[in-house]
Amino acid sequence: MASVPRSFLLLSIIPTILILCADFACCNTGRKTGDGLDTDFSGFSVPLEHSFEVDDVSRFRMRGALQLRGGRETSVSLSQSQLSEEDRNTLKEVAAVDGLYKIRVPRVSLTDRQTERQMDGYLTAFVRACSLVESHLSDVITLHTDVSGYLIGVSIVTIPGACRGTEVEDEVDLEAFNTTLTIIVPTNAPQPETALFIERMDIEHEKRGKPQEQKSFFAKYWMYIVPLVLFLMMSGAQDQSGGGAANGGGR
Amino acid sequence: MYPPSLVVTFTKKSSVKMAKLTSLFVILLSFFCISEAVFEDQVGKFDWRQQYVGKTLFAHFESNTQSSKKMFVATDKNIFASFNSRTGDLLWRHVDKTGPEGTIDILLLHGQDALMVVGDGRLLRSWDTNIGGLNWEVVLDTGSFQAACFVAIQDTVKLVAVLKKAAISLHYLSNGHQKWVENLPDSDAVQYQAVYSGGEEEVYVLGVVPNSHLTIIAYSLEDGEIIKQRSVEASWLSSVESSCVVVGQGVLMCVDPATLALYTLPIQAEETPEFSQILLQVLYLSPTVSPGFQPVLVSSQPHPARSPLSEFFLQLGPDHHVLLQLNADGYTIAPLRDFQPAFLVSFATTGKKTVAAVMTPKNETVSRHRVVSFINYTAVSKPRWLSPLPFPLQACAINLFSVDSGRRLLDTTVLFPLEPNGGKPHMLYVHAFLKKDDSVGYRVLVQTQDHALTFIQQPGRVVWTREEALADVVTMEMVDLPLTGTQAELEGEFGKKAGKEHGLFPMVLKRLSSQVTLLQAWLAHLWKLFYEARKPRSQVKNEVTIETLSRDEFNLQKMMVMVTASGKLFGIDSKSGSILWKHYLENVQPNAAFKLIVQRTTAHFPHPPQCTLLIKDKDTGLATLHVFNPIFGRKSHIALPALPRPILQSLLLPVIDQDYAKVLLLVDDQYKVTAFPSTKNVLQQLQEMASSIFFYLIRSEHGNLSGFRLRKDLSTERIWEVVLPTEVQKIVAVKGKRPNEHVHSQGRVMGDRSVLYKYLNPNLLAVVTESTDAHPERAFVGVFLVDGVTGRIIHEAVQRKARGPVHFVHSENWVVYEYWNTKSRRNEFSVLELFEGTELYNSTVFSSLDRPHLPQVLQQTYIFPSPITTMEATLTEKGITSRHLLVGLPSGAILSLPKMFLDPRRPEVVTEHSREENLIPYAPEMPIRTEWFINYNQTVARVKGIYTAPSGLESTCLVVAYGLDIYQTRVYPSKQFDVLKDDYDYVLISSVLFALFFATMISKRLAQVKLLNRAWR
Repeated sequence: MASVPRSFLLLSIIPTILILCADFACCNTGRKTGDGLDTDFSGFSVPLEHSFEVDDVSRFRMRGALQLRGGRETSVSLSQSQLSEEDRNTLKEVAAVDGLYKIRVPRVSLTDRQTERQMDGYLTAFVRACSLVESHLSDVITLHTDVSGYLIGVSIVTIPGACRGTEVEDEVDLEAFNTTLTIIVPTNAPQPETALFIERMDIEHEKRGKPQEQKSFFAKYWMYIVPLVLFLMMSGAQDQSGGGAANGGGR
Repeated sequence: MYPPSLVVTFTKKSSVKMAKLTSLFVILLSFFCISEAVFEDQVGKFDWRQQYVGKTLFAHFESNTQSSKKMFVATDKNIFASFNSRTGDLLWRHVDKTGPEGTIDILLLHGQDALMVVGDGRLLRSWDTNIGGLNWEVVLDTGSFQAACFVAIQDTVKLVAVLKKAAISLHYLSNGHQKWVENLPDSDAVQYQAVYSGGEEEVYVLGVVPNSHLTIIAYSLEDGEIIKQRSVEASWLSSVESSCVVVGQGVLMCVDPATLALYTLPIQAEETPEFSQILLQVLYLSPTVSPGFQPVLVSSQPHPARSPLSEFFLQLGPDHHVLLQLNADGYTIAPLRDFQPAFLVSFATTGKKTVAAVMTPKNETVSRHRVVSFINYTAVSKPRWLSPLPFPLQACAINLFSVDSGRRLLDTTVLFPLEPNGGKPHMLYVHAFLKKDDSVGYRVLVQTQDHALTFIQQPGRVVWTREEALADVVTMEMVDLPLTGTQAELEGEFGKKAGKEHGLFPMVLKRLSSQVTLLQAWLAHLWKLFYEARKPRSQVKNEVTIETLSRDEFNLQKMMVMVTASGKLFGIDSKSGSILWKHYLENVQPNAAFKLIVQRTTAHFPHPPQCTLLIKDKDTGLATLHVFNPIFGRKSHIALPALPRPILQSLLLPVIDQDYAKVLLLVDDQYKVTAFPSTKNVLQQLQEMASSIFFYLIRSEHGNLSGFRLRKDLSTERIWEVVLPTEVQKIVAVKGKRPNEHVHSQGRVMGDRSVLYKYLNPNLLAVVTESTDAHPERAFVGVFLVDGVTGRIIHEAVQRKARGPVHFVHSENWVVYEYWNTKSRRNEFSVLELFEGTELYNSTVFSSLDRPHLPQVLQQTYIFPSPITTMEATLTEKGITSRHLLVGLPSGAILSLPKMFLDPRRPEVVTEHSREENLIPYAPEMPIRTEWFINYNQTVARVKGIYTAPSGLESTCLVVAYGLDIYQTRVYPSKQFDVLKDDYDYVLISSVLFALFFATMISKRLAQVKLLNRAWR
């Protein structure tokens, strides 16, 4: 397919290893049964494949191997080879026709090795080949897992992401990938913050000062009641007949 | 639009004390701004509600007098309702639970009492039919319901018998108390299916062992003792329910389609050991039985205390009925009259007279034809949809026949006009009464296949029609109304083609003529105003007809195109709620899924607007298209693409063909794409754009989301794939953004005057999942935000200890979802907002392929004190107006909840900046204020969906809530900032203006005089 003559062949394949371990100290993802697995668990590797063809028919080839380490602190690293001369030329051709550069990883579980074989199929993502070329193969690959540690998606972006049509002359720029690799686990959505709110309300209450003691009815209005009672008693003394009743009512 | 300037002026001179005051003031102010309620005199001004009941299962009329006005229906929506038979209005309505728990098994009417068995024999209810109140309700023993009938003791109906699978019980009509209950013998083998009482001292239960024998048990009314029990050989009988009736003096009449014979058996008599057979041949009927048709018997028991009529109908084919009579000897049958063709038959009794109503088809050119003409609209455009003038309208005729003789009664013909796009008659309910001259008069209620009820009076006047299909609206769209003729002419003049084809002189002439027409229209309008001003206001009626439809100044009146589950389409005027057109699609499967797409709006005059309805059979996946004009409901005669394969996805592209119709792409199960319309122009455009057309498919049963790209040859290429393992969670819903949504402001101004830019990705999908583990501690709801083009998971959040049903809205840069918290056992609202940060990556254009950085995601959760049934966001023309969420509550209220309360930036602790930004301090509980209910007391029963559409006014959003009822209103999320109030005082403002003007004139003059005087001095 690539009709470009091979001017020189890079025989010695230098494995470039780019590792970025995304440490998630707080990735308490609810793997409540995973405690037993954490201890005797060593990493395993899955292939990372890519495909870029002029006719846009996917033919996936090996790009590198993902070293996955599950458990309480999920981490991942990637070992990948350089692009061959032939691949470089193909990539440039694909970029010229605005083709796509696709990657795929198999569906695996990071925590449970037993179910790995049961799952079939791949997770696929793509980026425009021209942006990969123009960014000099600097890409960011993100692996997404769900709550139980299954890989659910993969994404690839290049930085910068735009295709401006600038020619990449320097062959060296297209030899090695400059990959940033991360794993993203689902974040826990917040619950309603009731405790904090109540605390805040209490503080505000305190700030405002202690609320006035609820005084009794008499304590509040004694200055009105006493004269009234006195007045009634006075009038009752004058008029003997209704004195007792008025006194009782006025109280 | 909240006035931030006010707040700013206060906060600028802030001291500690002042700040406190201000914060209070801000809160108060914000509450004032959003408080919106309807004033008493606004009720019904901009809103309307229509109440429906659903497809009628049982219908009864009140007493048989001419003046009676009530009728009662029980429907498949578990509703028991009463109509005023003069107007068709609802008198009262009882909405029971949905689902099998509230299913109405039977409705029996006796005098003032309506007896109802609910929920497959769970409850027995008695209603007072006058006021619709519940007399009593009793819980029945378990067992599935079979039959029920009234039982009379000494000529008065006092009891009701309820037959269940394994027991029979008798209840008093007066209080529902159980008189007795008896288990049925041998109920495992015998299927008891019918109960009969003819006014004797016994009640008979009929059961059958299919293809073996019939069992008849007679119970004593007094104590439920079995008086007689016998079984009769009947190897041909499989079901009593479907093939037997009781006629005459307790004679069981059965029909056997295999031998083409009628079988008779006296129920009471003990001496007859077996059925006596009467071959249909003997009655000269056998050759007329339609092949494959199960004959049906129809009998009538006018009064429960007396035995049924000895006359009965035998239906031999879909349009063939025979009226037969059982002779007095009890086993010979005499044919009275053969009705062919006859669709529907029904018995009706009034007083001592019983009549049979028969509906026959009638093909003729009806003299009162309804020819719809489109005066204004067609005058300018090509008159292509003018139908040929007198067109034949199929009608049906209903006649009354005397039951005793089979003779037709004179002057009883009623014409039932069939709608050209309506359903065929399905059921006939007759209300017969005695007129003053002792002749029989009647009214009929006809139910058609499209669930419409039509009430007809002699001699064929349609009193009212109820479109009960509207009780189950599936989807809807609002379409702008067309311009009037004059407006359209002006548009045409400035249109594209006008200038090129004509010279200068014709253009001037055209201009003048259009000015003249405008002047004419204006004068006509003035004259109308003047004419109507003299009339009292109540008489002025603005009748909306299809001819007078035109867009109003602010585009507030629109055409609501509603698609119902029965397959009937409606065009409803949004202002008045009147149905302007209806179109029944036959052959629509009951489980079909609908998608309504507006391919061309009214904006492209002279091309008519065009809507496409995609009807997909859920079992086979095969789809059909129905293309129509949304204003007139007329089917368009456009060549439709052949769709031989199941359709997975449909997408409307912004690409338009030369006739300004948007292109619809249909993806089949082999990922091949069909374009509609598929003209050469469209295909060429598609080829050019192919590499930038992406679409996604979701197979929720596999948890699979995948993205595709179109190739030049209209094949597709899979480019991304995301798989959510179905063992952990299942996808319950996916929502993109609405394509007609506008976002005015790119960012939010923060307290420190910097801008926080919104992440406005038009391709973003919100995917909501629910965990398969239903345990309250481990259940969760997952929210994934996925880019629909690249398949990149933008955000992934898990709401722990949560369960569905999840309702969510995805708009602008936010997603709001509501779920059930299993731990705290309450409903909670959560809001996610996405921001790009303080700098935009590319401010000119958004491309999913070129956004390498993930957005910042903010989230906050609140307690909501009510469960909800549906949720939608308001939508306005330009997106300047602040947004509200419209929340449908189970109580039928629609809550307009300001989005301001669902803002993840609501601060826990009030700071200077947050105050400046007008943020409400965080409170965990969302308030529900009664003034937020936009439908005051007009509750919408079982609200299922809310549709919002922008109007021509930026402040106004049109809202339609549908469910069992339909409610239309307008909401003003930021109040009516662009409209002067109704009570605006024009006189005052103009008089002040004039006064000021004159004052300046006078004072100027005075000043001049004074200056002059001073100069002389």
